Amino acid sequence: MNKIEAEKGISTKPKTDKEVLLDIQNLKTYYPVKGGFLKRTVGNVKAVDDISFTINKGETLGLVGESGCGKSTTGRTILRLLKPTEGKIIFEGKDITTISGTRLRKARQDFQMVFQDPYASLNPTQSVGEIISEPLKNYKSMSKKDIKDEVMDLLSRVGLPPEAYHKYGHEFSGGQRQRIGIARALALKPKLIIADEPVSALDVSVQSQVLNLLKELQDEFKLTYLFIAHDLSVVKHMSDRIGVMYLGNLVEIATNDSLYAEPLHPYTQALISAIPEPNPKKRKKRIILQGDVPSPQNPPSGCPFHTRCPMAKEECSKVKPILKEVKPGHHVACILY
Amino acid sequence: MARSNTGQSETPLLEIKELQTGFKIGKNYYNAVEKVSFNVDRRKIVGIVGESGCGKSVMSLSVMQLLPQGIGKIRGGEIKFEGRNIEKLSEREMNKIRGKEISMIFQEPMTALNPVFTIGYQLEEVLLNHENISKKEARLKSVALLKSVGIPRPEKIVDEYPHQLSGGMRQRVMISMAIACQPKLLIADEPTTALDVTVQAQILELLKDIQEVNDMSIIMITHDLGVVSEICDEVIVMYAGKIVERADVEVLFEDPKHPYTQLLMGAIPTMDERKEKLATIEGLVPSIQNMPQVGCRFANRCPKAMPECVTITPQLFEDDPNHEVACLLYENSNTIKKPLERVVE
Repeated sequence: MNKIEAEKGISTKPKTDKEVLLDIQNLKTYYPVKGGFLKRTVGNVKAVDDISFTINKGETLGLVGESGCGKSTTGRTILRLLKPTEGKIIFEGKDITTISGTRLRKARQDFQMVFQDPYASLNPTQSVGEIISEPLKNYKSMSKKDIKDEVMDLLSRVGLPPEAYHKYGHEFSGGQRQRIGIARALALKPKLIIADEPVSALDVSVQSQVLNLLKELQDEFKLTYLFIAHDLSVVKHMSDRIGVMYLGNLVEIATNDSLYAEPLHPYTQALISAIPEPNPKKRKKRIILQGDVPSPQNPPSGCPFHTRCPMAKEECSKVKPILKEVKPGHHVACILY
Repeated sequence: MARSNTGQSETPLLEIKELQTGFKIGKNYYNAVEKVSFNVDRRKIVGIVGESGCGKSVMSLSVMQLLPQGIGKIRGGEIKFEGRNIEKLSEREMNKIRGKEISMIFQEPMTALNPVFTIGYQLEEVLLNHENISKKEARLKSVALLKSVGIPRPEKIVDEYPHQLSGGMRQRVMISMAIACQPKLLIADEPTTALDVTVQAQILELLKDIQEVNDMSIIMITHDLGVVSEICDEVIVMYAGKIVERADVEVLFEDPKHPYTQLLMGAIPTMDERKEKLATIEGLVPSIQNMPQVGCRFANRCPKAMPECVTITPQLFEDDPNHEVACLLYENSNTIKKPLERVVE
């Protein structure tokens, strides 16, 4: 991969400052399961079960995994939209895990979210102008005129016409609505944007427009992204580093090139092998996993993947492997390494 | 595996000629599928790709005659199944074909299955309707069918309800139902779109196996070019209700001719090369009411559009053997074999 890039003269993103923006330590988010007459908590869905990673300033960390692996819960917990059960979220050196009230409100200026469903994430009773100016009204003491100028500026920046200001969400196509969502996220000039499946509801030609836009904005505003998606080729296109999640656990995290050139965890290997390539000459023998993802309410003992792993050994069901660095910058949680 | 009808193997299994399907908006009908013609040969997997609203699902619903009543209507053209016209059959006659000769699987298996009946009941219903067998035999056959699509513990699952199964399992149940009477044609409308990649790989593998074992043809409707390249023999690319290109799968991916196909391929991020910028298609598909009556429907978004693109309607024609395209860049190819643009260079 490096060679191809060198030949094409494409440089991977310059990473001059390796300053850590976000540091996630042993994060756990459990959803209680209520049952019985008294609605007591009878168990937990371990949506995120002890994950740790960091995101450096200006980079894009991709999070991939299948439905129910906890990638969205991770994103929402970082934004403090969900209460973490355990662990620490450290943003720019400040622990934001337990802050609340005004301090949380203030901190939230720095991290914004772009949602998956552009149809559900825009208030149908508000005009586009109102939607985008909402964060400015809430956080900035600006005059009405300044706010309007700022919104116009944002609209043009994300490629929407000025007329959009007075229109409503339903008047736009999916791709344009996603642009509105991006403009809203950008309004406060955040440092971190968490994009949760931002293109999975869009057609491919529109998907490419939104992906290109996100990349341009990243360069322009020096943004840091946590890019959550289930589509490995999209994640590969967008990310500098990628984390692979399975059943609430981070099973592998590595740089983009390293992960795709040499996936180490059997799950990552299967996931990469399962992607249908748009090239009929490369129909390959796939690693077909048997069965489905087990329920996170009752995860398997030991390694969460051992029930479907083609290389599982006996001890896999007993010991839960921890994430360790096997190559520089390439971490994997598997006893094979 | 020889079928009794292999004698007529020269006639394609399904022939669609100049099909026009319209929807009623207000008082007028507007065509969502406009003069589409193509064939599906026996034992072939034909992929139909295009973005939302290109008419790919409407076409499959026309073949099945499952268009919404009173709104959707076949307004012209022919659909021939094994040489027999089926577009004007009565509901009763069509019922004999649906599920037996042609069957269909849908994108969202949860909404396609009935939540209040057991899997077994729904499978037996198909068998009892189309085949002359007893209830007991139907049940045994249901279990065997579930087993054939790779469902573990089929004798248990048969008594379970759809909500007790995962997405991948439900899609397997749908497939078992669709193949229950060994249809000659299976229409799969985005069968893996709602599934995760590892499950998608399982289902695609299963469809390929079943196609071989049952000797049937599949029409695979999808927006995912990866899925197409994975299992199809032939590909049809649709845009705004029309076919813009048709070719064998390897030919199409090797040498996409229509600008729309080229852009569509450039727009997807791929695993083996890192594109700094993805291709995009500016603008929007014209709405069904404002479809241009003459000229190419892609002209307003096409980066290679020429003045005549809005005045001359391009027809689908064979530019290379087995490679059809509807684009003026390639017209008059008897004299000029290359696209005009390349000649100019």
